Amino acid sequence: MLNASLTELSAALAGKKISSVELTRLYLDRIHALNGKLNAFITVDEERSLAQARVADERRSSKGNAAPAGALTGIPIAHKDIFCTKDMLTTCGSRMLANFTSPYDARVIEKFAEAGTVLLGKTNMDEFAMGSSNETSHFGAVRNPWDHERVPGGSSGGSAAAVAARMAPAATGTDTGGSIRQPAALTGVCGLKPTYGIVSRYGMVAFASSLDQGGPFAKSAADLALMMNAMAGFDARDSTSLERPAEDYTRNLNLDFAGLRIGVPREYFVEGVEPDVAARVREAISWFEKQGAKTVDITLPNTGLAVPVYYVIAPAEASSNLSRFDGVRYGHRAKDYADLDDMYRRTRAEGFGTEVKQRILIGTYVLSHGYYDAYYLQAQKVRRLIAKDFADAFARCDLILGPTSPSTAFALGAKSDDPVQMYLNDIFTIPAPLAGLPGLSIPCGFDRRGLPVGLQIMGNHFAEAKMLGAAHRYQQATDWHQRVPKETPL
Amino acid sequence: MALTPEQLQRIARLARIAVGPAESQAVAGRLNQVLGLIDRLQAVDTGSIEPMAHPLDGPLQVRQRLRPDTVSEADHRAEYQKPAPAVEDGLYLVPKVIE
Repeated sequence: MLNASLTELSAALAGKKISSVELTRLYLDRIHALNGKLNAFITVDEERSLAQARVADERRSSKGNAAPAGALTGIPIAHKDIFCTKDMLTTCGSRMLANFTSPYDARVIEKFAEAGTVLLGKTNMDEFAMGSSNETSHFGAVRNPWDHERVPGGSSGGSAAAVAARMAPAATGTDTGGSIRQPAALTGVCGLKPTYGIVSRYGMVAFASSLDQGGPFAKSAADLALMMNAMAGFDARDSTSLERPAEDYTRNLNLDFAGLRIGVPREYFVEGVEPDVAARVREAISWFEKQGAKTVDITLPNTGLAVPVYYVIAPAEASSNLSRFDGVRYGHRAKDYADLDDMYRRTRAEGFGTEVKQRILIGTYVLSHGYYDAYYLQAQKVRRLIAKDFADAFARCDLILGPTSPSTAFALGAKSDDPVQMYLNDIFTIPAPLAGLPGLSIPCGFDRRGLPVGLQIMGNHFAEAKMLGAAHRYQQATDWHQRVPKETPL
Repeated sequence: MALTPEQLQRIARLARIAVGPAESQAVAGRLNQVLGLIDRLQAVDTGSIEPMAHPLDGPLQVRQRLRPDTVSEADHRAEYQKPAPAVEDGLYLVPKVIE
């Protein structure tokens, strides 16, 4: 049951082979057994989860006036601790919010509640989603289920590790510069960052508002599609939410490869990409060719500028967004201070960790008088060049395939002293959100150390169903996505 | 370009983050590494290119909505003040600002 797909779980619940309470209990026990080692969850509230499971069971048996059951009714889902959950801790991985109980639910949490899913717990993450290794969390690093001395990636490392170790059948995450796709790649699971504006950001703690987008983690592309059906949709409370008709993300799962053009960007197969990663990704691409897809050699010439652009724009937006943490309305407040200004300065010095402070300072600098044009406006101009690279590429191809990350999971502590080395590791996941484009990562094999390799599939705006279809067909012919880490056997 | 200790203190003041003398050098060191990375943008010729503020302003060209200027939310003051460090009579308490 722990390795079952959402479709199989849904059928088991509908066929009364298992109840939601039993299924939830199964996953809670698994979390109980593994979380001490992996640290994937920050908060687990068994009572609350089981109460929701009982409601789901009633809904499944259509007793009383319960809403009709949906595909996901009764299935437990883990949520990144960046989504506000009413009457429950929402820490965002920070000391600043270590005691923050949200007075309201994020739209994503509401949507999963409406679908009848059970909230299994809140997952660990890099502080305020700033990090690529999950080492910046105030609650400690998450361990990679495939090798406990390695990072799971970040910032949604807890969600990725939870799905990889089968502590949750699926989970939510957020992606600003790769925070869904990179941890999915490093832990051997599937993760989708949707087109900007598709998933509501209401109640999702803001990091960089022109980039942040929520999305799902799951064991397969078909499961990601079911998760998207629950997550996506217009929300008037998010000013960047797009008003579009509802989509069925499962509609294209059996995508026809005839005439499908796959762009292979030469900038994604360069020195610096681990040879095993490049080899596995090339093998996957040739599988698509054998099925009738046509590969097109494309170029995304400004790829090398994406990381510098991102480290101007994301910190600039973060410095503005995180100004709300001032010790007045919620969150940590320093105990000793001389006056109001001192209270702000000490509260923020104590409440934020090193990486978050560093990004706020960079953001403040690039927005400050005398530097705004040279850094911030210049970065926004280069951002347009990067978006144009993709627009030109998608005139010649339908999907872009390449590695999600240039490396497999690295050792804990290996990059934490060198911010630039850590940042450059996100070179292949940063471009898509700069252009607002969707991207997903699926496992496509292992390196010589037995660590998972991620294949990234990018598409044009709103191409999620097509991307999921390509991934699903690949997964029907391969079993990488069904492999379970040896250290956390079923 | 490298940040001087004075520049670092100026930014820290603007950001309302206390940076003590003991950590000043380490913070400046890390910031300078990042500034070295983002300085690569200076070499790009962006003469006639319009800045792109957000993805909807890219090829999608979607206009952001404006809602009607009417009251849409109920009063949640009591709930919203629950997580506050200090409140009294519906007001947020802060250190004395005016003598």
